[in-house]
Amino acid sequence: MTKPSRQQHPSPVDAEAPPNRLPGPWRPLWGVAVGLALCLLLLLTIVSREGGGVNLLNALVRFANFVVIPGVAYGSQLALGALGVTLIYAVMRFSDFAHGNTMAFGAMGVVLVTRVLQGMDISAGPLPTALLALPFGILGAVTLALVFDRAVYRFYRRQRAAPVTFVIASIGAMFVTNGLVRLIIGPDNQRFADGVRFIIRVQAFKEMTGLSEGLALRTTQVVTLVVAVVVVLGLFLFLNRTPLGKAMRAYADNEDLALLSGINPERVALWTWIIAATLATIAGTLYGLDKSFKPFTYFQLLLPIFASAIVGGIGKPLGAIVGGVVVAFSEIALTYPYRKILGYLGFETDSLVQLLSTDYKFAVSFIILVVVLIWRPRGIFQGRVI
Amino acid sequence: MKVDTGMGRPFWLAMAMALALVAVGVLQSWNVALAILNLQLISAVMALGVNIQWGYGGLFNFGIMGFTALGGLAAVLVAVPPVPEAWAAGGRGMAMAAVTMAATTAAVWALHRLIKVKALRGPAVALVFVAGFALTRSFYGPSVAAIEAVNSSVTGFLGGLGLPIILSWLAGGALAAAVAWVIGRITLGLQSDYLAIATLGISAALVAVLKNEDWLARGVKNVTTLPRPVPYEQDLHGQDWFVDLSVRVGMDPSLLSGLVVKALYALLFGAVLLALFWLSHRALHSPWGRMMRAIRDNRDAAEAMGKDVTRRHLQVFVLGSAVVGIAGAMLVTLNGQFTPAAYSPFRYTFLVWVMVIVGGSGNNGGAVLGGFLIWFLWVQAEAAGPWLMTLLTSGLQEDAPLRQHLLSVAPHMRQLLMGLLLLVVLRLSPRGLLPERSGQQGLARQRIGPEPS
Amino acid sequence: MSDAFLMGEAITCGYGDTNILHGCTISVEKGEIAVIVGPNGAGKSTAMKAVFGLLPLRGGSVRLGGEDISTLTPPDRVAAGMGFVPQTNNVFPSLTVRENLEMGAYLCPQNMEARIEQLAQLFPILKECRQQPAGELSGGQRQQVAVARAMMTQPKLLMLDEPTAGVSPILVQELFAKIQEIAAAGIAVLIVEQNARQALSLAHKGFVLVQGKNRFTGTGQDLLDDPDVRQSFLGG
Repeated sequence: MTKPSRQQHPSPVDAEAPPNRLPGPWRPLWGVAVGLALCLLLLLTIVSREGGGVNLLNALVRFANFVVIPGVAYGSQLALGALGVTLIYAVMRFSDFAHGNTMAFGAMGVVLVTRVLQGMDISAGPLPTALLALPFGILGAVTLALVFDRAVYRFYRRQRAAPVTFVIASIGAMFVTNGLVRLIIGPDNQRFADGVRFIIRVQAFKEMTGLSEGLALRTTQVVTLVVAVVVVLGLFLFLNRTPLGKAMRAYADNEDLALLSGINPERVALWTWIIAATLATIAGTLYGLDKSFKPFTYFQLLLPIFASAIVGGIGKPLGAIVGGVVVAFSEIALTYPYRKILGYLGFETDSLVQLLSTDYKFAVSFIILVVVLIWRPRGIFQGRVI
Repeated sequence: MKVDTGMGRPFWLAMAMALALVAVGVLQSWNVALAILNLQLISAVMALGVNIQWGYGGLFNFGIMGFTALGGLAAVLVAVPPVPEAWAAGGRGMAMAAVTMAATTAAVWALHRLIKVKALRGPAVALVFVAGFALTRSFYGPSVAAIEAVNSSVTGFLGGLGLPIILSWLAGGALAAAVAWVIGRITLGLQSDYLAIATLGISAALVAVLKNEDWLARGVKNVTTLPRPVPYEQDLHGQDWFVDLSVRVGMDPSLLSGLVVKALYALLFGAVLLALFWLSHRALHSPWGRMMRAIRDNRDAAEAMGKDVTRRHLQVFVLGSAVVGIAGAMLVTLNGQFTPAAYSPFRYTFLVWVMVIVGGSGNNGGAVLGGFLIWFLWVQAEAAGPWLMTLLTSGLQEDAPLRQHLLSVAPHMRQLLMGLLLLVVLRLSPRGLLPERSGQQGLARQRIGPEPS
Repeated sequence: MSDAFLMGEAITCGYGDTNILHGCTISVEKGEIAVIVGPNGAGKSTAMKAVFGLLPLRGGSVRLGGEDISTLTPPDRVAAGMGFVPQTNNVFPSLTVRENLEMGAYLCPQNMEARIEQLAQLFPILKECRQQPAGELSGGQRQQVAVARAMMTQPKLLMLDEPTAGVSPILVQELFAKIQEIAAAGIAVLIVEQNARQALSLAHKGFVLVQGKNRFTGTGQDLLDDPDVRQSFLGG
């Protein structure tokens, strides 16, 4: 196994800049080409059977319905969570174990305000009322994060304490946040999605297309994707276009030089917490809308979120998004039974053709984590070595 | 704060702890006090295990829950009588599955080594893996179904060896050590945060396996009929000498038998704690312990001196996990049942970490004290929460919804309390209540608190 | 004695229990290049750190333009007109060259474009590679970006810690020429340099430090001509 080195930048040796090569993940292009050719061949054989075209469509619809659509929604939720973790890591250099609970705290605020709004008969029409409550939840989570920063993390930041101290402090924050959430809303399941439930219903889809497989598209799934895209675009504009965003990246890059450039670390930390808590609340709310709100589930989400951040390359915002999608798709694709899809493609079989039982959903992120740690410890986008 | 040196502080803290237990005995009941003491002893053993890894080696293991559960599994596998019907139904298939799995692993490893052409290696390994996986599944699936079908409401698993449960304490340590060796080979060499995340994931995966592999230990159907290393209360009632004793001390036999059983457990656990404490104390002050601390405090220098750091880390990881495994087996023995769903990371990983950090990392005495103190607070806070809430909400109507809600969630206040306690100790006394005694070069100076720059 | 523009007077400081510098004095005038040279371990870099406030003084004072700045933090000294180029890690590797310059202008972004334009004339690389991450540049290019970033803070005094370390010999001459141009614009320049002979040849003033004390001080040419200096530090 390669031992991660602590050195951050290669020493300034006077060599010309390396030639522009394809970035890491795209290098084995020929392999991709061979794979594509094989797939095409397979496709042709399948389609050439009797009724092959319709069956292929059925297989695709089923795949889209049970793997792609849930994967995109879940991937967006993970990506938003992983973005928060990765930002905190990039700026403050520690893994925030309280992040899952921050998500729960923010989502809790949204649930409570949603209930109040519903009581006042205020709704967002076909959209979930929770979207109106989102700003309040964000406010709550940001307040909590800033209280922790002032009361806990700032002290260690000024001491320039070792990262492990921050991690242990984040365990304390995790306990406190978890306690607060359970005290305020209790440990039980809460459903708070309302509005129109489906954009496309299974029945309507079947009638429309005449296929035997149906496809359902829930409002929450579309809302998740749209919100995630808007938020990510906004975040990237912020990081790449505004002076404050650039200052945050600079601080993450080289803390000492950032200080010499007059960048105020307290201001950077403040905005990092504000953004991370905002992302956590949005991620938590979207997850809660899609599934349901339960405090312990959010703690469990910590693992896939960390896996996403590491798979993408920790400290790299783009990596967090790619990582989120990779982890979500692996989780769903590895636990989905493919019997029916294979049936459509002409491979009849008795077994479920399920690689892992659904109970091992959370173990998948761990498997991915280990694979990445062994083969590519800095992740797809060459993030920091922890 | 006044800082005592030498024996002063440990002594007074231990006295205070003992006094608190006596107070519980007098004010609540001796039964409660002994129940707390038993779990305190087990917690102390767990804290000792974590301290071996974190305090000696500086390893960030967030997978304590997994090793505790493995210890529990060992208790089942050692003490439960075997189920011959299940073995007959699926034993052969399971053995075949194990063989094919091992063969696949070996083949993958060999191919990875032997094939020198990079372009071929990936596809070949993948092919062998997929084939081996399918073969294993073809043995495994039917056998699992057959085993779980055997009298599924009572057994439905392979059962264990039917040996005395006390042997499982050793077996639990061995099982945890073996798994720790494998995990350590994969994850050690990672820096602190990665190791923490990886081990957290591994423990979640381990518990998922225990929950779902019903053929192994009945999964979430639980194993509830574990034998005891100490006599049963009913058996005591029948003994003449016991009835005599209860008359002499003037106590109801049913009450006394409960106390005696708990006290016997406490003696056993106390003996294990003392033995482990003595061993780890000896280890810490041996040349090996000095080397471990040298590696912890300055990894690069130790490496430059030719110490095989990863190997040493593996040692300490295996040893610490073994101690945690022993504690896990003792815990299941005490409970008399194995309930995989009960393993939660808050209770079995992070609470143990709070014990070590609050008690004093790097100091065995500190870890033990932390185990006693934190478990005491954890139990008492659960009871004190509702009491406090009743007091706070006494101004509200008896059936006010807010009051009802607050009373129902009051036990969760202990999470808040633990978090605050951890944060306060980390801030005011970052090296814990009983800091490591090696002074300037101590763990806390190096790893917790300001970094010398 | 009239004050120089930068006056580090009788500086004593060090790490832990030991002092590295013992009453060492450094001074630079505007438009002047001053070079600190000396054998390894003489305290050259320590002197630079002391002047810039990265190490607390245990004796003596630092004055800039007549004002005592001994108690200011490094960021405050940047605001007061000191530009500092560290020896390593002196750029933001994942930021583009242009963003590196923007960070230099973080405190006073007024007429930033004009300033970047001006610097680009001195360092054409700033234009050529403006959208490239600084971490992908070669050592020599990176050093230019680092100097330019420091110049974006509009310093009256520019301090360079071994600017030629890791730069190929052909480019060293070029880098020194640019530094001379900067000084010609009326900026005081203080350099710590291993490359003693080359650095002294262009310096207005040279300080030879030995064991934390001033051993020789004079114009660059004087020091180059001094047989003692040549004998002991320049290899004959």
